[in-house]
Amino acid sequence: MRDRSFAPSRILIYLIVSLFAAAYLAPLVVVVLNSLRTNEEIAQGSMIGWPQHLAWRNYAAAWSGFCVAETCAGIRPYMLNSALITIPATVISTLLGAVAGYAVSLWRFRGDNWIYGIVTLGLFLPQQMRLLPWTIVLRDIGLINTLTGLVLIHTIQGLSFTVLFCRNYYVAIPHELIRAARIDGAGFFRIFWRIILPLSSPILIVTVIWQFTHIWNEFLYGVTFTTGQQQPVTAALIALSAAVADIPQHGVQSAAVIIAALPTLLIYFFGGRYFVRGLTAGAVK
Amino acid sequence: MTNAVSTATQPGRSVTSEMVGRLPEYLMIWVPLLLSAAHLISFSIWTIWISFTPSTLVPVPGWVGLRNYTSVIASRNWQIAFDNLLLFGIAFVLLSLMTGLLLAILLDQRIRGENVLRTIFLYPLAVSFVVTGTVWSWLLNPGIGIEKLVHDLGWTSFHFDWLVNRDMAIWTIVIAAVWQSSGFAMALFLAGLRSVDADIIKAAQIDGAGPMRTYLRVILPTLWPITITVVVVQLQFAISAFDLVRALTNGGPGIATQLPALVVYDLMFQRSQLGRGAAAAVLMLLILLAVLLPYAAWRYVQRRQATHA
Repeated sequence: MRDRSFAPSRILIYLIVSLFAAAYLAPLVVVVLNSLRTNEEIAQGSMIGWPQHLAWRNYAAAWSGFCVAETCAGIRPYMLNSALITIPATVISTLLGAVAGYAVSLWRFRGDNWIYGIVTLGLFLPQQMRLLPWTIVLRDIGLINTLTGLVLIHTIQGLSFTVLFCRNYYVAIPHELIRAARIDGAGFFRIFWRIILPLSSPILIVTVIWQFTHIWNEFLYGVTFTTGQQQPVTAALIALSAAVADIPQHGVQSAAVIIAALPTLLIYFFGGRYFVRGLTAGAVK
Repeated sequence: MTNAVSTATQPGRSVTSEMVGRLPEYLMIWVPLLLSAAHLISFSIWTIWISFTPSTLVPVPGWVGLRNYTSVIASRNWQIAFDNLLLFGIAFVLLSLMTGLLLAILLDQRIRGENVLRTIFLYPLAVSFVVTGTVWSWLLNPGIGIEKLVHDLGWTSFHFDWLVNRDMAIWTIVIAAVWQSSGFAMALFLAGLRSVDADIIKAAQIDGAGPMRTYLRVILPTLWPITITVVVVQLQFAISAFDLVRALTNGGPGIATQLPALVVYDLMFQRSQLGRGAAAAVLMLLILLAVLLPYAAWRYVQRRQATHA
């Protein structure tokens, strides 16, 4: 069945995958093309069309010009918000996940399986079960409508993923390695720094990519706990579509969509196989 | 917590000073783990508690029994949301399974450009649902999208208005969701196909099985465990779907594409009915458990069989 000859059946296979590939690429191509067409041009025809002259200024307008609600600073401030939420939350949750994953896999203590089981429950429980308590906690500690509040939420919730990823990776490390180091007198952190961390880069890359994509793309917490200038870019995009509903500005909006999706798309194109590994690790628990 | 970390006690140090010395490691291990575990448990219990109280604008103590639940279940909003979830969940899971399996089988035929194709089928997963929803809302909008394009090309009787059609709007969410996540099914199926033992395939061929027969009888049956995993993960996504709908239809036209996650948000943050919102969230959890508990039981049986074998 796996020959390389050009039988009619193989031509059919290529035809079908090409059609699917076109269908998967079409939305991206349409948005890229629209981001280069003027609003008037789109209004005269449809969203699907070739740009007559390249309207690069859409990108300038999307980045720093047009208005969401009363402020006219484009999506730049919201991109900055998303970065200021995503980067610290990714780094902190990955580091804590690595230490905790190392502890529950190689440094057994009483109740470790229970704790680990409860932490991974976070993968399944719907976010909606935690919306109200988070609102109250954030209000009580004065972090409602702040970027710090979202960093805190994403860090704690992210632990479910990062502990799972790291733990599953660390259980494969030979215990003899740890035992030998312990006999030599190395403690918890020494073993972590000297032995575990140097072996960890494959799983840390997966975890960082997974967390970054997850947090950058998150919407529900962003829209619930922040308003106006404090919102991440996903929430701002929704506000933007509502704001321009009366006077369509699809060219500028398309540019904004591309800019907002760019960080995760770039990560996917450059770190695709790690992304897929995270996907399958997150799925096959 | 004295025996939390079971390391050998080093000679010549008192127990107290050893504990003080170990303090940083206790903190590093326990604080994140306990924070994570404690917030999951306590937050869930708190939401369940609120669902039994008469809370509206602010949480208030009290006990109203199942009143919040009965009123949510009796509301038209929830009924439509629940029906939509059934239709969306089943259609989305079946279509993304079929698409994913087909793509995986095609990519498994050692075709040229497999890497490029895999990248193309998987990239939507890296993009947020907000972006996916926004883009599909343009493509499916009859005034500016596919319908308009076909009209401009001269076929003026062409009709494709699902986005604004009450009866069909839920299908636009299916389309966008399948486009977004069928690559996930493909990735898992492809990994499954590639891990089939080459010897088994060879044995089937020696027994005189043709390519089709080998596929149907030998290779595809090995994909069952993966299929179940994909179904569970996709159902989990369908049950909590929020961003995609918010960006694509915002529950409209009217409340035609309402889903449970939108009802929860609406009750909690737009109508300030915390008790009912919490009840709706618990109902979501119950729907999810209906999917996850059989899966957990199945995984448990599988593991036991694996360890006994």
